[in-house]
Amino acid sequence: MGNTSTLFKGMKEFFMEIGDLSHFAARFFKEVLKPPFEFKELMRQCYQMGNRSLTLVTVTGFIIGLVLTLQSRPTLIQFGAVSWMPNMVGISIVREIGPVITALICAGRIASGIGAELGSMRVTEQIDAMEVSGTNPFKYLVITRIMATTLMLPILVIYGDLVALYGSALVENLKGGVSFQLYFNTVFDALSFSDLVPATIKSFFFGFAIGLVGCYKGYYSKKGTAGVGVAANTAVVMASLLLFVIDFIAVFISDIFYEL
Amino acid sequence: MSFNMTDPDQITNFSEYAQHGKAVIEIKDLYKSFGDNLVLNGFNMTLQEGENLVVMGKSGSGKSVMIKCLVGLEKPDSGTVKVLGKEINSLDQQTLDELRSDIGFLFQGSALYDSMTVRENLEFPMRRHKEKLGEVTNTEPLVREALENVGLAHTIDLMPEELSGGMKRRVALARTLILKPKVILYDEPTSGLDPITSKEIIELMRSIQKKYGTSSLIITHDVDCARVISERMILLVDGINYAEGTYSQLSQSTDPKVEAFFKK
Repeated sequence: MGNTSTLFKGMKEFFMEIGDLSHFAARFFKEVLKPPFEFKELMRQCYQMGNRSLTLVTVTGFIIGLVLTLQSRPTLIQFGAVSWMPNMVGISIVREIGPVITALICAGRIASGIGAELGSMRVTEQIDAMEVSGTNPFKYLVITRIMATTLMLPILVIYGDLVALYGSALVENLKGGVSFQLYFNTVFDALSFSDLVPATIKSFFFGFAIGLVGCYKGYYSKKGTAGVGVAANTAVVMASLLLFVIDFIAVFISDIFYEL
Repeated sequence: MSFNMTDPDQITNFSEYAQHGKAVIEIKDLYKSFGDNLVLNGFNMTLQEGENLVVMGKSGSGKSVMIKCLVGLEKPDSGTVKVLGKEINSLDQQTLDELRSDIGFLFQGSALYDSMTVRENLEFPMRRHKEKLGEVTNTEPLVREALENVGLAHTIDLMPEELSGGMKRRVALARTLILKPKVILYDEPTSGLDPITSKEIIELMRSIQKKYGTSSLIITHDVDCARVISERMILLVDGINYAEGTYSQLSQSTDPKVEAFFKK
């Protein structure tokens, strides 16, 4: 009996959270096109999110490219298919690994940062002070951040893909004597429009989800310093889960288009 | 049961201007609860033009909730809240924002924007109220004037983290003054400060009131602050204005609940 009531309570909280998040997203779409537009703050957020994530995306992308190639090489050699390495790595990185890994890194880096920043602003009454000064804090803080993550994530994904491919090319060059030019020519020959477009579109959704969850958790952070930590932590968990759900939906939809 | 000590014949230091001036804030039968916790239980209050009114109450008595109802940060369950003749709860967002430019609010923890310099903190409220300031293109003189008023012109390019608690409070006060408000609401202006800094802040509040002729509503549980700055006081107990009068009247009261505030 106790377990059932705990389960129902948990389910109720889950659906309430989904409802609140949907309401928050609806408010974003309602206010995003209404003036005044905070372009300066949007540019600042874009710069901060892009610039601050660059090193992390570079290192991670490079290592992913290296490791993927090193791990796949023995198996492909065994089947006499090592010449397919650029095709395999290129398609897997551009279609799936690049967007998902970059988005997960950004969920950890950006969603937690936004959650903690807005949470501490809530706790220290900075959001109230903004409201009292006649500025809509939702427009100034939330819309700019969600827009920034939505715009910056696809750029980071493309950059991360290129770095990962460079890492892979480096292994092929050192171990197989394949020139960088030949490697990249083969990769781009293997890639088609239908590989790039769905991956780029889903990156926008990933960025939107990261910004939305980070802002939602921070903006409605409960009072107290403990609330700030909880906001940052749950923002990462929720954003990461949401990324996989979006990824599944994106792959499912693009699969339908491939079959057509 | 509440009782009133504001009989004009008894009051000696309540300014003539305040007695006969028009009300800038009127609260009638204000009720506010959070779940089962009834915080305000029919609170009434009037702040006259040019008056310094202190509302005292224990922690958790609803002082901050009451002051937040005055600027629309909290919605009351019922009751009337009028500021500068306008009923706060019936205003649309644009009118409320315009009205807010006439109300200064000094937050308990200063609430300076962490990511902005002192200059940007002071410029921030001006973004939405350019009409009021006469389409000012160069904000520098206004920012400098506000900072000079609080004696911190040299901090203009510092970040809030580089300031002490007292300096933060003074910069927050400068930010409050930048739009030249008619009413200033102080939420625990001396809380968390040492006695010397508290005294400096109180002196600053008095000088600002004298210079700009603003009306001030001060929420505090600091008896020394109330003694120095108040022209009239309201004691908020159990969600109602339990007692009202001047500092000297209330401090001599024999009512146990009133006495409790003034015991050293």
